Amino acid sequence: MLLNASGCLDALAAPEVARQLDAFVTKTVTPLPREGNAPPRIAETAHGMLNAIGLANPGRERFLAEQLPRLQELAIPLWVSVGGFCARDYADTCATLEAVDAIELNLSCPNVDEAADSAAAIVAACRAATSLPLFAKLSAAHPDVAAVARSVAAAGADGLSLINTLRGLALDPHTLEPVLARGAGGLSGPSLKPVALATVHACYAATRLPIVGMGGIATAQDVVEFVACGALHVALGTVLFADADAPARIREELAVVPVDDRYGAAHAAEKALELPAKAVA
Amino acid sequence: MPSPRRELLRVAGAESLGPYTLLRLARGGVDPGAPGQFFMLEAPGRLLPRALSLCLAPAGELAFLVDPVGPGTASLCALARGDAIHVFGPLGHGFRLDVERPLLVGGGVGVAPLPYLAEALRFPPAVLGFRSGWHAEAAALLPGAEVAIEPTLVTELIRPGHELLACGPEPMLHAVAALCPGAQLAWEAPMACGYGACYGCAVEIGGELKRLCVEGPVLLAA
Repeated sequence: MLLNASGCLDALAAPEVARQLDAFVTKTVTPLPREGNAPPRIAETAHGMLNAIGLANPGRERFLAEQLPRLQELAIPLWVSVGGFCARDYADTCATLEAVDAIELNLSCPNVDEAADSAAAIVAACRAATSLPLFAKLSAAHPDVAAVARSVAAAGADGLSLINTLRGLALDPHTLEPVLARGAGGLSGPSLKPVALATVHACYAATRLPIVGMGGIATAQDVVEFVACGALHVALGTVLFADADAPARIREELAVVPVDDRYGAAHAAEKALELPAKAVA
Repeated sequence: MPSPRRELLRVAGAESLGPYTLLRLARGGVDPGAPGQFFMLEAPGRLLPRALSLCLAPAGELAFLVDPVGPGTASLCALARGDAIHVFGPLGHGFRLDVERPLLVGGGVGVAPLPYLAEALRFPPAVLGFRSGWHAEAAALLPGAEVAIEPTLVTELIRPGHELLACGPEPMLHAVAALCPGAQLAWEAPMACGYGACYGCAVEIGGELKRLCVEGPVLLAA
């Protein structure tokens, strides 16, 4: 399946872009409304961009009352990204969600303070609160992300979303002050791809869970590489900013990409496991 | 409103106006939209496109006024006839045209949307401000406009009894808003996508942070 990375598309503002996807992933919903960080919130870097949006969202109550019904009217399979600051926050939101296709647990936003509870504790609480498919979105910044993947798998995650942005800093060349008002932000775009591929491979090897791979995907070749490393699905992020037609373009490219085991081929991931372990450790 | 469209457009020409470049693109199937709406222009060699309001819509063309302030806008200014870039638009909400006695107010590269707006309003009076005579060469885009060069400020040229439609640096827009509540102001903010996806262009509107690309870029002065 082809999805968007959470926070990289608003299906209500651009339904024609969302309709190019197999499922739309919402911006992260937190229990209370969040206005987000002060501007400037974005900065272009060499081969990537930084953002520090800060999980701007209307909060759970308004999301459920105002946005979710309108999203459901679009008749696009829907994944809801859920965030919070403790396991209870996440579980309470999961318990309120019905008639959506999956829940992605954002356990890794670099632009807010970390949740106090461990990823596994959050997943376990959410597992108890919902029977919907749960995908845990992890950060490649963890020193042993494969171990985190194993722990969320044991806690009941149905899949993994890999990876979130990585914390980065951009300075104004003249003032040497941070470009973003928050200081640091999350790095996305092509510069993230090698990190994402290594993380997908390591987590697939560790769990064999379904994985949504993301991080710098801009072409069909990128998609094929993520699948070769163990991703079952892929998500588009930063490329959507430069090219709102990217999902349709990548689908067209996939039809002619010169490999036998293309996107969706079940044993491409098995092949990925044959990569020498030291190459990805 | 015409729906935005993304197309590869060929450069028809690029002319210097002081420090600025007027970049003219063959229009293809892209609609010029309403005055004050904007387009995302692919900046060669850069990851993200750049947001530019339409300056002029000559027959079969779209023209943009570009100030080379960074690597993206510099790469746009370096384009030459025959090159091609992706263009996405028209985007956002432009100026309301149902105004009684319009006066156009522009500052620096903020004069960009005014020539196309002037055409739609049948050439109302305009006042423009620039930081130097060199920058003021862009005033050629609006024949008949009164021009102020620093240290004179463009706001000193504003006469009472007009509805103001303005685009320029933030201090100028705040000054215009103070002179004329209800003025239509075209704002600018760093923008990755231009269509509501990135949440990067947040500005405070009515006490809340909102996306300028969706709510604006033209907003009423509070």
